Amino acid sequence: MTSSSNPKSELGFGTQSVHAGEARQKPNDAITDSICCASTYTFESTQSILDYLKENHDREEYGRYGNPNEKVVERKLAVLEGAEDAIVYSSGMAAIVGLLMCKLSAGDEIIFFDQCYHRSREFCVKHLSRFGVVTHQVKTGDMGAMESAINSKTKMLVSESPTNPHLTVIDLESFVAIGKRHGIETLIDSTLATPYNLKPIEWGVDYVWHSATKYMGGHNDLLAGVICGSTQKLEPVRRLRGILGSINSPHNMYLLERGLKTFALRMERHNHNGQRIAEFLESHPRVQRVYYPGLESHPSHAFAKKTMKGFSGLITFLVKDADWKQTAAIIDKCKIPRIGPSLGGVESLIEQPMVMSYFDYPSEQREQFGIYDNMIRMAVGIEDTDDLIEDLRQALEMP
Amino acid sequence: MKFRTRAIHIGSEPDATGAVVPPIYLSTTFVQPGPGDWGAFDYSRSGNPTRARVEKTIADLEGAAGSLAFSSGMAATHCAMGLLESGSHVVAGCDMYGGTYRLLHKICNRNNISVTLVHADDAAAIAQAIRPETKMVWVESIGNPLMSVPDLEQISQITNKAGVLLAVDSTFVPPCILKPLDLGADIVMHSATKYFGGHSDCLAGALSAKTPELHRQLYFIQNATGGVIGGLEAFLLHRGIKTMELRVREQSKSALAIAQWLESHRSVARVLYPGLASHPHHQRAVRLMGDQFGGMVTFDVRGDIETAKRLCKATELFGLAVSCGAVESLIEQPATMSHASYDPAARAQAGICDTLVRISVGLEDPEDLIADLDRALAIAGGA
Ligand SMILES: Cc1ncc(COP(=O)(O)O)c(C=O)c1O
Ligand SMILES: Cc1ncc(COP(=O)(O)O)c(C=O)c1O
Repeated sequence: MTSSSNPKSELGFGTQSVHAGEARQKPNDAITDSICCASTYTFESTQSILDYLKENHDREEYGRYGNPNEKVVERKLAVLEGAEDAIVYSSGMAAIVGLLMCKLSAGDEIIFFDQCYHRSREFCVKHLSRFGVVTHQVKTGDMGAMESAINSKTKMLVSESPTNPHLTVIDLESFVAIGKRHGIETLIDSTLATPYNLKPIEWGVDYVWHSATKYMGGHNDLLAGVICGSTQKLEPVRRLRGILGSINSPHNMYLLERGLKTFALRMERHNHNGQRIAEFLESHPRVQRVYYPGLESHPSHAFAKKTMKGFSGLITFLVKDADWKQTAAIIDKCKIPRIGPSLGGVESLIEQPMVMSYFDYPSEQREQFGIYDNMIRMAVGIEDTDDLIEDLRQALEMP
Repeated sequence: MKFRTRAIHIGSEPDATGAVVPPIYLSTTFVQPGPGDWGAFDYSRSGNPTRARVEKTIADLEGAAGSLAFSSGMAATHCAMGLLESGSHVVAGCDMYGGTYRLLHKICNRNNISVTLVHADDAAAIAQAIRPETKMVWVESIGNPLMSVPDLEQISQITNKAGVLLAVDSTFVPPCILKPLDLGADIVMHSATKYFGGHSDCLAGALSAKTPELHRQLYFIQNATGGVIGGLEAFLLHRGIKTMELRVREQSKSALAIAQWLESHRSVARVLYPGLASHPHHQRAVRLMGDQFGGMVTFDVRGDIETAKRLCKATELFGLAVSCGAVESLIEQPATMSHASYDPAARAQAGICDTLVRISVGLEDPEDLIADLDRALAIAGGA
């Protein structure tokens, strides 16, 4: 390939995962990118600073504004997402905070679907409110309710798809249509889907947000977040990141780039394992209900089929006639998945949302969020499918 | 548990922090309970927690009594050669990595160690070459670069009977496809720089021993000579191993499709890939390896040395570089690159001709890779 280029978009997803965003010929002819740890970058002379300021050269200045490793990852993620631009942050939460702090001002309102990552809700409800931003929550997927909540102050419509942990898939066509009708920007947290399965930009969504800590990094060994969108809309967001300082580190960016090389392969496997395990659980007598978009029984299966290529590795299920302790006993009995929060890595993780994320909430409020005592969330990794199924079977069937 | 599950979990057991990914220990030395009273680790050349974890994973995947991780494949090979003594004789397959050739003929020879090269796919030739002083038979489980496939089962019977060590460089055939120890080998060596690391970003080597005694002897040499892997590389290697089975499965699938396509191309005179029915030892490869044969494919272009050079320069997705087994596809000319350290006469005798081209198939979409080769073959314009 010639000098530096993004492979053309007609190249396969696997090819882009390996090559997109990288210079073909790298410094010292290395096959992989070097890790550039510098906190600051020097200029040859005063004149070169003046040239840089005047002509806005594409070069580094100070580590808080960007570094070469972060830029490679941003280009790669933009290509994979089908977006013009991408901005990477030190975590998923830093990314949403960076975007909302840029786009919202006192008096503005945003509307959320109510199923969402609990910290996104907490940031908006507890902290954005201190800056005079009002958050409305409406029932997930209820487009009518979302549209009626809109008023002249509404600035952004926000949803996950699929949602965490209920795996509700949003009809992006209607969601985007509401935004367009009212001239309001839309944001999708696509962490659980990833661009391998879902491309919200193609549906007309303005901003796509990911916790890149999850499937993108893929090895449970780095924190990162990303916002994708148009160059024009993201320009002020990037400037604000330079002030807020939530950039990621060159070391982490190298690991993220490395993780993305196997992105297509890992996602294919997460999809495969997720579907097989969801089907197993659904057929098991001790399981009351399975939330997985790839199952016909899932309420938003139709939207899932309409918008997604596969359904990733997150599965939530309810244990039949079990209280929270009996549910916990099943988790404790599993030998392969480790107990812990997060998802999207090669190793499977399992947890009880009521214990892991909602233990401090009163039980009525948990019920309101749809978090039940007998709920288990499994983040299926890329281990051998049969090993995982056998492990779940023995845990469910313990004496 | 199956291979992929073990690759992810064995060696990554939780420590006191509960970390899903074990910490990286860069510490060179460790505080001891008392003088002469040794803790689990004392000095990182002798043992390091991060290295110990990846060694545990590799030993499990190879079915070994124990494994050792090195700073490169050559450091591992050199350690294995440390089992030899002045006067020892080695029988080695001639279809062999250039660096191993160089080590045997230009370094080991200084210690009065002699080598006989034979075609490793001919077990009878190996049996014939064994002499009373022979201490080791060294073969590659798929030869680099001519893709010869030795019959490891038959060879191990010969070496067992003769009381000779069988050491297998299995760099081209990772343990998710073939486990030489199960077939009777005594030592497996990997340039873990390749499929194990898998991302072209850490140099590493591994030795796995069939018996605890052999493991002990090799560990003694490793500690005495010091070619150990560092903590950061051990971490990257361990991270790579978690996706190895997925990567190799995909690479094998793509390589077979590409080999079949090359075989039908008019500018290609001959394709060497054990997965092709036309490979002289295809049946043997199927018996030993099943339905996966790795990502390395060698072929002869019609034309001369210049045609091969033009081809290597013309690809856009395949990078022009030595090494192999990683996520990005590579192309190279063995005669001038990976096997330049052979003596020209020995190279010719081994059959490594100037029109030979070697590719390492990565994780790109195979259709994109075929389109790239098609374009490059047209530019190279064979005879
Ligand atoms: C759906 C979803 N969005 C956002 C986040 C926040 O990302 P991070 O943990 O990288 O800050 C998480 C995870 O924790 C998540 O699961
Ligand atoms: C078959 C084979 N054996 C050994 C080696 C040497 O390994 P390393 O380069 O890691 O020292 C290589 C690679 O270069 C190889 O291809």
